[in-house]
Amino acid sequence: MNNTLRQIFRSGKFVTGFAIFVAILLGTLIYPLIITDAPLTIIGQGTFFPPGIYVSVYDSLGSTRYTLDLGEANFNRIASRLSEEDRIAIKEWLVAAGIPEADIDTADTQKLLTQWEENFDAKKSIPGMTNAKRNYYVRLDKSIDGLLSAEGAILAQANAETGALEQTGTVEQSDFVNVQQVANVRFLPLGTDNFGRDMLTELVAATRVSLIIGFVAGIIATLIGLTLGLLAGYIGGPVDDGIMFITNLFTVIPSFVLLILISFSIGQEQRGAFTVAVVIGFTSWVWTARAVRAQVISLRNRDHVNLSKLSGHSTVHIILTDILPYIASYVVMALILQISSGILAEAGLSILGLGPKTTDVPTLGLMMNWARIYQADIQGRWWAYLPVLVTIAMVTFSMNLMNTGLDQVFNPALRD
Amino acid sequence: MKAYQKYFTTKLVWFLTTFVFAFLLNFILPRLMPGDPVAVITQRVTQGMTSQSGAQAVYQQYAEQFGTNKPIWEQFFKYVVNVAQGDLGVSFSQYPRPVADILGASIGWTIALQFPAIIVGWLIGNSLGALAAYLKGGFDKVLMPISIFVSNFPAFGMAVIMLVVFGVNLRWFPTSGGYGFDLIPSPTAEFVWSVIVHYQLPFWSIVLISIGGQAIGMRSMAIYELNADYVKYSRFMGIKDWKIIGYVFRNAMLPQITGLALSIGTMVGGALVAEIIFSYPGLGFTLLNGVVGQDYPLISAATLIITVMVLIANFSIEIIYGLIDPRVKAAQAD
Repeated sequence: MNNTLRQIFRSGKFVTGFAIFVAILLGTLIYPLIITDAPLTIIGQGTFFPPGIYVSVYDSLGSTRYTLDLGEANFNRIASRLSEEDRIAIKEWLVAAGIPEADIDTADTQKLLTQWEENFDAKKSIPGMTNAKRNYYVRLDKSIDGLLSAEGAILAQANAETGALEQTGTVEQSDFVNVQQVANVRFLPLGTDNFGRDMLTELVAATRVSLIIGFVAGIIATLIGLTLGLLAGYIGGPVDDGIMFITNLFTVIPSFVLLILISFSIGQEQRGAFTVAVVIGFTSWVWTARAVRAQVISLRNRDHVNLSKLSGHSTVHIILTDILPYIASYVVMALILQISSGILAEAGLSILGLGPKTTDVPTLGLMMNWARIYQADIQGRWWAYLPVLVTIAMVTFSMNLMNTGLDQVFNPALRD
Repeated sequence: MKAYQKYFTTKLVWFLTTFVFAFLLNFILPRLMPGDPVAVITQRVTQGMTSQSGAQAVYQQYAEQFGTNKPIWEQFFKYVVNVAQGDLGVSFSQYPRPVADILGASIGWTIALQFPAIIVGWLIGNSLGALAAYLKGGFDKVLMPISIFVSNFPAFGMAVIMLVVFGVNLRWFPTSGGYGFDLIPSPTAEFVWSVIVHYQLPFWSIVLISIGGQAIGMRSMAIYELNADYVKYSRFMGIKDWKIIGYVFRNAMLPQITGLALSIGTMVGGALVAEIIFSYPGLGFTLLNGVVGQDYPLISAATLIITVMVLIANFSIEIIYGLIDPRVKAAQAD
C-alpha cells in the first residue's frame, strides 16, 4: 500500500493534477473563512460591474485630503474621460474642417485637444453632416471645456430650513485621499455578475457546490456500477445476461436525454443541488459497470479465487477479499472520472435551464447559464464567464491528469 | 457473407429492442412525475391566466390529449399510434404549431452540423493520436497535455471561447443563428454564403472538442499495438516501416470505431449544448426553447428524436464495424 502510494506520487502527471485539485479545494474551504458574506447577496445596483477596487465617493470626501502635485494628473483625467469614439469623432471633424489627416493623432490627447480648441466652430457648416451629428459635436465641445477647467468642484449641502444650497467645501483637482483611510472600500477582484453579486464569492461557493454535486453523483454512479459489475462479472449466467442487457441499453440511450427527461419531470421547485446530483449519479453508472465487469471476468478464474472457493468462503467474502482489492485502483480511477463528468453534466443541464433551483445555491453551471442569458459573452463582460469556465476546466483537467497518472502507474504498458 | 448476415440480424434485433425500450422510457419517465402531470402542465401553461373557466378548459383539453383519465396501457397505445402517424402533439410555447413541424425545421440543421463535425473531429483526433504514438518525443509531449485539457473542456466552454474570440473580438464570423437574420431561406448565392459563414463557429467548436478524447484513445491503442509481437516480428522480417504503420493503424483503429459508437451519445449531447451557445437553429436550441417555454410535448418529442438519431448512428457504426473487422466475421462463422 505504502509502496503504491509512493509510486503514485512519483508520477508527474498525478502530482500536477493533485496539486491543482488540492489548491482549488483549499480555496473553496479557506475563502469563506476570510470573506464571510453570503454568496448570493446582491450588493451592486446594476449588472456586470467590471473588476476593480470600489471606493466610496461619500467617504472619500470626508477623509483626510492630501495635496499631490502630479504633472500628469490633469492629462490622465482628460485622457480617461475622452472615449475612443469621441477621439475618432474629433478626428473626423478636424479632417472635414481641412486639417491634414497626417497631423492628427488620436492617441496624443494633448495635441488633439489643442487642435480641437483652435479649430472647432459650432457655426461652421460641414457638408453632409446631419443635425444630430452637429448637436453631438456641440455637446462634445462643452464637455471638453469642462475637462479643461482648472478649478475644483464645490461641495454644497441643502439647508434644512430654506432648502437653499450652501457651500460646505471644495475639492481641488490636486486633492487626494489615501485609500487606506477611506472607511468603505470594496475590492471586487472579478467584478459583479448580472444580478450585482460579488463574482468571486459566488464563484467560490459555486465551485464548492459543483464539487459536492460531482462527488455525490460520482459516488452514486460508482456504487451502482461497482455492484452491478461485480454481480455480472462474478456470478455470471442469467444474472450477467440480465445486467448486461440493461447496461447495453443505457450505453446506447444517451444519458443526457434521460437527464433532461428526469430533470424536467421533477420540475423546477423540487430540483435542489442534491437532487440533481442524485439524478446524474443514477444516469451515469454504465461505464463503471462495464469496466468492472470486464475486470472481474478476467479475475474470476485466477488460482487464488479458486482456492478461496475450495476453502468454502462465501461469495460475499470472496468478492470482498479476493476480487475487490484487485480492482480497487480501477474503481478509484473510474470514480475520479465520474466526479469530473458529473460536474460537466450539471453544467450542461444548467445551460439548458434544467439545473438546480436558482434561488438556493450557485453552481458553476448556473453561473454559466446566467452569463449566457444576460449575453455576457457578446457584450464582452469576460469576468462573468471566463473565471467560471477556467474553474470548470481546471477541476476536470486536474482530475483527468490524476486519472492519467494513476493509469500509467497501474498499467505499465502506457508508461512513457 | 452468411456470417455477416447473421451479425447484421443480431445487431438489428438489438437496435429494435433498444428502440422499444427508449420509447418506453420516453413515455414513462414524464408520467412518473409526482402528482397529476396534466395538472402540473396546465398550471404552467395557465400561469397568469385569471379566468377560472379558461384554466378549466385548458385542463380538459390536455387531459383529453394525454388521455390521463384512461388506464395506462390505453394511454400507451394511443401514444404509439400518434407517434407512428407522425403526430407528436401541439407545441405549448408556439401554439398552435405542431411539434412535428418545429422538429422538422430544426432536425436538418442538427444533422448537417453534427454529423460532419463529429466525423472530422474523429478523423483528425485519430491521426494526431497515431502520430503522437509513432513520433513520440516533443510532438507527443506537447500534444498530450493539450489533448487532455481540450477533451475535458466542457463543450459549451469551447463554444463560448470560439464565439468571443472569432465572433466578438475578431468579428470574422457571425455570433448567432443559422443564417443572417435579414434573409429568408432561398436558393440564392447570398443565402448559401450566409449559411456557410454561420456554420463555421459551431462546426469547429464541435470538431475541437471531439479531437482531444479521440487523440488520447488512439495514442494509447497505437502505443499498445506498436509494442505487440507482430510489429517486432515484422521488423525482423525487414518489412518497411510505413507498411508496419499501416497494420498498426488498422488494428488500433478498430477499438476506436467501437469507441465512437459508444461515445456518440455523449458527443451529440455536447454538440447540442454548443448549438445553444450559437443559437444555431437545430435540435439543441429547440430543446432550450422547449425548456424555457415549459413546452412538455416539444421536449418529449425532441428527446425521442435525439435518441432515435443516436441509435441510428450507433447502428450504422456497428454495421460498418462488422464490414471491416475480420474478427467479427470469424467469430460469427464459428
